[in-house]
Amino acid sequence: MLRTRAFGFGMAVALLSTTAPLAWAQELAENQVLRLGNGSEPQTLDPQISENTQDSHLERDLYEGLVIIDKDGKVTPAQAESWTVSPDGLTYSFKLRAGLKWSDGTPLTAEDFVYSWRRAVDPATGSKYSFLYYPIKNAEDIATAVNKDVKSLGVRAPDPQTFEVTLKSPTGYFVRLISHARFLPVNRASIEKYGNQFTRAGNLVTNGAFMLKEWTPQSRIVAVKNPNYWDAASVKLSEVDYYPIENQNEELKRYRAGELDVTNEVPSDQVDFIRKELPGELTIVPYLGSYYMGFNLEQPPFKGNLKLREALSMVIDREAIVAKITKTGEQPAYSWVPPGIAGYQPQYVDWKDMPMPARIAKAKELYKEAGYGPDKPLNLEIMYNTSENHKKIMIAIAAMMKQALGVNVTLVNQEFKVFLETRKEKKVTQLFRAGWIADYADPNTFAELLQSDAGLNDMGYNNPEYDKLVKTAALTVDPEKRIQMLQDAEKLVVHDLPMMPIYDYVNKRMIKPYVKGFDLNTLGYFYSKNVSIAKH
Amino acid sequence: MSVTPFDAASVTMPAEGTSLWKSARRRLVRNRAAMGGLIVLTIIAALAILAPYISAHAMDDISWENIGTPPDWASGYYFGTDSNGRDLFARTLYGARVSLMVGILASIVSLVIGVIYGAVAGYLGGTVDNVMMRIVDILYSLPFMFFVILLTVFFGRNILLIFVAIGAVQWLDMARIVRGQTMALKHREFIEAAHAFGASSTAIVRRHIIPNILGPVMVFVTLTVPQVILLESFLSFLGLGVQEPMTSWGVLISDGAREMETAPWSLLFPATFLAVTLFALNFLGDGLRDALDPKDR
Amino acid sequence: MFSFVAKRLLGAVPTLFVIITIAFFMIRLAPGGPFDSERAVPAEIQENLNRVYHLDQPLIGQYWLYLKSVLEGNFGPSFSYKDYSVTELIWAGFPVSMELGLTAVFLAVIIGGGLGALAALKQNRTADYTIMTAAMTGITIPNFVMAPLLTLVLGVYLRVLPVGGWGNGHELKYKILPVVALALPQIAYVSRLTRGSMIEVLRSNFIRTARAKGLSEWLTVTRHAARAAFLPVVSYLGPACAGIITGSVVIEQIFSIPGIGRYFIQGALNRDYTLVMGVVIFYGVLIILFNLLVDVLYGVLDPKLAHR
Repeated sequence: MLRTRAFGFGMAVALLSTTAPLAWAQELAENQVLRLGNGSEPQTLDPQISENTQDSHLERDLYEGLVIIDKDGKVTPAQAESWTVSPDGLTYSFKLRAGLKWSDGTPLTAEDFVYSWRRAVDPATGSKYSFLYYPIKNAEDIATAVNKDVKSLGVRAPDPQTFEVTLKSPTGYFVRLISHARFLPVNRASIEKYGNQFTRAGNLVTNGAFMLKEWTPQSRIVAVKNPNYWDAASVKLSEVDYYPIENQNEELKRYRAGELDVTNEVPSDQVDFIRKELPGELTIVPYLGSYYMGFNLEQPPFKGNLKLREALSMVIDREAIVAKITKTGEQPAYSWVPPGIAGYQPQYVDWKDMPMPARIAKAKELYKEAGYGPDKPLNLEIMYNTSENHKKIMIAIAAMMKQALGVNVTLVNQEFKVFLETRKEKKVTQLFRAGWIADYADPNTFAELLQSDAGLNDMGYNNPEYDKLVKTAALTVDPEKRIQMLQDAEKLVVHDLPMMPIYDYVNKRMIKPYVKGFDLNTLGYFYSKNVSIAKH
Repeated sequence: MSVTPFDAASVTMPAEGTSLWKSARRRLVRNRAAMGGLIVLTIIAALAILAPYISAHAMDDISWENIGTPPDWASGYYFGTDSNGRDLFARTLYGARVSLMVGILASIVSLVIGVIYGAVAGYLGGTVDNVMMRIVDILYSLPFMFFVILLTVFFGRNILLIFVAIGAVQWLDMARIVRGQTMALKHREFIEAAHAFGASSTAIVRRHIIPNILGPVMVFVTLTVPQVILLESFLSFLGLGVQEPMTSWGVLISDGAREMETAPWSLLFPATFLAVTLFALNFLGDGLRDALDPKDR
Repeated sequence: MFSFVAKRLLGAVPTLFVIITIAFFMIRLAPGGPFDSERAVPAEIQENLNRVYHLDQPLIGQYWLYLKSVLEGNFGPSFSYKDYSVTELIWAGFPVSMELGLTAVFLAVIIGGGLGALAALKQNRTADYTIMTAAMTGITIPNFVMAPLLTLVLGVYLRVLPVGGWGNGHELKYKILPVVALALPQIAYVSRLTRGSMIEVLRSNFIRTARAKGLSEWLTVTRHAARAAFLPVVSYLGPACAGIITGSVVIEQIFSIPGIGRYFIQGALNRDYTLVMGVVIFYGVLIILFNLLVDVLYGVLDPKLAHR
């Protein structure tokens, strides 16, 4: 099956190359430069230390890991050309491509991956994301300084072409996990030479399709094609310019004025205007992330009051919110794990398809049973961090609760870090805004978050049965059994309702029609190496 | 440069405050521009108070059918709706409540502190002035955002805190200006004469210095009011200012600025209200200055 | 004069010390830390990060460490822009902010001062009303309205100037709109202040005397009136200058300008302790210097105020 498809593709390529080589050449613009809005200034270009999405966007162009996730969400060989897994699921052996080089022309070997991954878990590096490495043998002990021997990490290079990883326990999503930018390799020689200045333009040595040429903080980052990249022949762009533009409205203006080819974001209040004036340039792709409202389960009124939580969740007209407020194709959410993960069936609340009036009628009953009513309305405080979009959504939610149940809602906005702190304390919060974006394309990234000891479980959700299911699933080799367990776990969540999902995120960007191959996957990844600029 | 006495009249200024205020009021009433300003301000204040009775919709009612619609007289959305489908007419009038209160009260707070502090520092001079002005330097330099965040953390949300936060920064400029003017006045003959007549320092500052610096002070106050009104929206951002669904002109204008192209009405109406208010205040301020000016007597 | 300046500069040391001390503890008292985000990390990793960035020690110890490193001229690495030190960030951004800011202040003094004086001389006539209406409008329109309006009209509709960006830092076309947006409210302020105090001065006896002595109107105004009238403007401009040349976060975000104004806000929002301390100290130094300059200028404008 796979073979025939490959054959078919080959045929198509052969046909193209014989019949229309000239047309192809003419289609490309002379100036192969992509000008990209990239949100805010990157915090660092050190892939092991980075935290933010805009850093990772840059890093996926500058560096390349063992595997990448392509536009369809499939794991695709990158620096590794193939890999094998031992039958017990504990040992992964990656075969690197022959003749890999760094941008300075020095050879890249399996030792480079050994060095980089050890560096990631080494406490001295100060990587916030070292916990992503925890499935690897000894990683957790090293990262938490229990084990001082960094070399004991379960990675080794039996020969320059082979990189071998030993896991702590079988991890079904391991290959997906290592497509994350925290697993990108860094160049040892330049780090040892330049220390913490190794990411500067002129110093930075990378192995991706592009290499750093200029970095002016808060102004722009220029990357040019890396001639030493293994697949340099198929890279069309000669240069990518990344502009940190925090103000979305101004970013859109620069795009409209022709100063940018691709934006990082699209302001939702301009969407109607864009659909009318710039048809076809708005690209919307589902994004593995969930926008939800958390209930504080450790304090009244939601502590032990499932009926109340259910009533409130039912009266939220999610369809109205995505159609009238967010406006950019977000999906109304009724599950904890968003749809779109291959092989996983999200578990929905059982009133998902109930029409709104019936839902409100049911909610009124539950509200009453929970001990509230018109003569004794619930006084509710909704807390959120200051942001235009959150504000609009919170106003809508408050109005829906008031309209359907007569809840008296007070809206409270806080500065982001104060909000995080307040939320974590679980003292004064009642209902609060939250969001979660998948780290990798596996339901585990969502399941983990609701474990009773998880750092971001600000609801205080504590269901031993749930914890057990998620823990056992992580140790299960059989992919089908593992997924089944995670689905069972989610079933508990939609029953217990520690939060109410509102919508599933989308990635939205403006892309000029002449930009070809700028494909976003459900993790928001794109690879500039696939992009070309058509003549325009 | 020959400088004759600044104004001999002020030395023999009437001692009783009552007649001073009475004549000031008489002059103010005769000033047509100032009275016009006062009338406009009164109308806006009346609109703000009567908001619930004259608007067709409640300020926090959401109409899902009217999200971001332009002004429409027939449906009662005289100023259009915002991106949540709420009546901008009602919201602009309600916004006036917060903005007028904050703008005027916070400006008065900064006026009182700034004038007293600046006049004392400028008049006494020497080490006292030096220390007082270094304190001002320090307050200028401290990070305002953290000050506001700490206020919210330690005192929760309270409308009074808005005045504390704004007052804490706005009086600094005022103090610097008043101090400069006071220092210039101090050496004028009429102040020295008052001193020679045995007037106490407090009396000199109160009777001679402050009345004579009212000109620049009044001008500066009229500059402070718009700053304060807009600063309030920044405080809302940090969680200290007004909370939704309540609103203010500062919040409305900064929301409207984002949609100036797609929904110009959401910027235009609150901004016009703010501008008209400031013009009115300005005329009133000029009139007050003229009325209180000892030189004009 | 010289000893006055020397004394004041010496006095700046304790002032700065107080600023550093209060700011340091204020910043640390605020909830949240540099590593907090929507993505919470395991407690052990958080502890490790604190250790790596020396945030695990008692606050007072950190304070002494910080004082020591500041004395050595080291402001530490930025927490949010990890590849750069605070000193590097400030020195990379300050020239940009200063260039824009000084141009704006210059325009404000020349245009605002000129218009204000003109309005005062033509008090209650058409020129006065026109100028003051324009000035009041300028004061009413905040820069977060003016700047997007400029980019929309001149950048998107007419396409005569770029919407944003900084190019290579030497192209005039990127600087025009930001300078205009920055200068307009300042021009309005200065003209309003100048007019107010000019009217005051023109009414006063010493100007009447000067006129009576037969001095030409031009000489009266330039030599006597303008000097005295500029006193409140100078008082205002001192601290305002320090603020303007350290950049405006609104202008910098709207035009994507690599200045340091954004660090005051972004640094605070990110709880980037070292960066905030860096810009606070930097700003403090400028405030002290500009207020000193103001006091020196008082002496120039009014010799009686000269510090002997």
